[in-house]
Amino acid sequence: MLLNIKDLHVSINGKEILKGLNLGVNNGEVHAIMGPNGSGKSTLSSVIAGNETYKVFEGEITLDDNNILDLSPDERAHKGIFLSFQYPIEIPGVTTTNFIKTALNAKRKAQGLGDLPAKDMLKMIREKAELLEMDRKFLSRSLNQGFSGGEKKRNEIFQMAMLEPKLAILDETDSGLDIDALKIVANGVNKLKNKDNATIVITHYQRLLDYIVPDFVHVLYNGKIIKSGGKELAHELEAKGYDWLK
Amino acid sequence: MELKDKLLASFMAFENKGNIDLDSNVHDLRLKAIDNFETLGFPTKKNEEWKYTSLKSILKHDYSVFPSLDNNVELKDIKKYFLHEIESYKIVFIDGVYSSFLSDTTHEEADVCILSAALKKPKYKMIIDHYFDKITSKSDSLSSLNTAFSKEGAFINIPKNTILEKPIQILFFSTGSEKELMFNPRNLVIVGENSHVQIYERHQNLNKNIILTNCVTEIFAHKRAIVNYYKVQNDKENASIIDHTYLQQKEGSIASINTFTFGGKLTRNNINVHHEGEHISTNLNGITIIEGKQHVDNHTIVNHKHENCESHELYKGIYDDASTGVFNGKVIVDKEAQKTNAFQQNDNILVGDKASINAKPQLEIFADDVKCSHGCTIGQIDKNAIFYMQSRGIPIKEAKALLLFAFGNEVINKVKIPALKSRIFKLIAEKLKVDMGFEI
Repeated sequence: MLLNIKDLHVSINGKEILKGLNLGVNNGEVHAIMGPNGSGKSTLSSVIAGNETYKVFEGEITLDDNNILDLSPDERAHKGIFLSFQYPIEIPGVTTTNFIKTALNAKRKAQGLGDLPAKDMLKMIREKAELLEMDRKFLSRSLNQGFSGGEKKRNEIFQMAMLEPKLAILDETDSGLDIDALKIVANGVNKLKNKDNATIVITHYQRLLDYIVPDFVHVLYNGKIIKSGGKELAHELEAKGYDWLK
Repeated sequence: MELKDKLLASFMAFENKGNIDLDSNVHDLRLKAIDNFETLGFPTKKNEEWKYTSLKSILKHDYSVFPSLDNNVELKDIKKYFLHEIESYKIVFIDGVYSSFLSDTTHEEADVCILSAALKKPKYKMIIDHYFDKITSKSDSLSSLNTAFSKEGAFINIPKNTILEKPIQILFFSTGSEKELMFNPRNLVIVGENSHVQIYERHQNLNKNIILTNCVTEIFAHKRAIVNYYKVQNDKENASIIDHTYLQQKEGSIASINTFTFGGKLTRNNINVHHEGEHISTNLNGITIIEGKQHVDNHTIVNHKHENCESHELYKGIYDDASTGVFNGKVIVDKEAQKTNAFQQNDNILVGDKASINAKPQLEIFADDVKCSHGCTIGQIDKNAIFYMQSRGIPIKEAKALLLFAFGNEVINKVKIPALKSRIFKLIAEKLKVDMGFEI
């Protein structure tokens, strides 16, 4: 199993957010996690990525059967975890190109590889930017600074395309996207999908799931997954809301 | 003996050393200066301008102002302190003495040479009498101390309509076998009408002894002259510097003074700018990145006296561990100086838990039709940004470095000598203890 979460309990500032969560994700699968505000969706994604603000006090998370809870966020990234942020951070003074170059070379270093030659790097950047139909001028601008919501999300998926993760977690990637941008982003995600990687899509709405079609849908409520099913579950939630599950 | 008394006694010996031009006007200036120093003494924290910088710890040493001259420095020992990859003029001093062997001077397109020679040669007498010690502050005892002991430093005299393609490097090295040494280097820079010069200055201790450098530089920028001055301060733990820069600008001149401070025990930079004409532009920029118990104090004064001039100040500081910083930026806009544009910004990041900064912008505006602003920020490293970068695989040390580098980049971008820019990138990587190229 690629990702296996068992009985995960997580708190922040002494408040328990996740209360015994279980989730298994295999290679080649797309999982959607849906749930109302405050159910713990973003906490889950942050914890998988290694945000140290959250305290894991029970349970385990394994990636390829190896415990990752003791790893720092960058080490997890090197092992193939990628988190697309709900609110990508603006970093003035660092261009998108320089940022992704630094990130990719850090990953290669951790894998015992040398820096990717500049020529190959530029070629890869160009290809992946085309995949996301990104305006190249964004690449030479400060990371996310002054980008619209949609541009930021597109930039997240561009970074994902560059880093080729085994497990991509898309946290509310649809928020702030208009329908055209949504299609482009979803198309990018779908093209990056293969039998050796997996995607977890965290979303409020069923809309994104029309474009990134999940194999499984889970409902997160009050810190636990209370129902799992196929893609039809998303339609049911859209029609009925969450109340009938409580 | 107190250091002050020792210096007063040393002055007598200095006068008697023979190589001093006793009959020149400069000699009179030295006499007046030592009297002035005797009256004023070293500044203490009671002095408003020295409120946050105590000289106590560096004045307790028994400095000698007469280093022995048996130094033995080879180019390979000091090459890394030069910008050696570009063509340039070089004026190099070892323990206060000019090294013709290591230097590369000229008298052709301009005079790029040394003060001791200029003081002796009759052909420079008029220039010396006209410029030397004319814009230093007589209320600053340390400038007076420097004047009293002034005999060596760079002498740069650029005639009008001359664009010096090659930058000038001024390097002061100290080796000295003495335990505690004090230097008073003195530079005089005159840039003629429509002329253009770029200068890089550095003071470097090569030994482990305790060094105090009290340096004065006078710069005269004539009409429409362009002066870009760069100071790189990355000295050893036991070396301190008090650096005074006096800049006088004439109509239409553009001058920038850029100070990069990464090392040294105590660093105090005093920059005084006086405008003598309209349409003058002054740019003062600085980056400070320090750690441990290092202390850096940037004091600037820009005095707008005439209409239609502008000044821009941008100082950024990154303070780790228990290091301390001071920024004191004074802008005076006289009543006559209408249509002045004066901007000042000072941004700081405190990385260390015990680090601190005292920032004091002072605007004294007596004209009513001006645009003036000042801003000051003090912040910490953004944890969310660090997590974001880490989640992309960038280790925490590199993530912090990238963030801090980005913070300082705006200042580095003002450097107009590409080789110096790369050098500063390297020094910053070294300072932040990462092996990364920041160049984009």
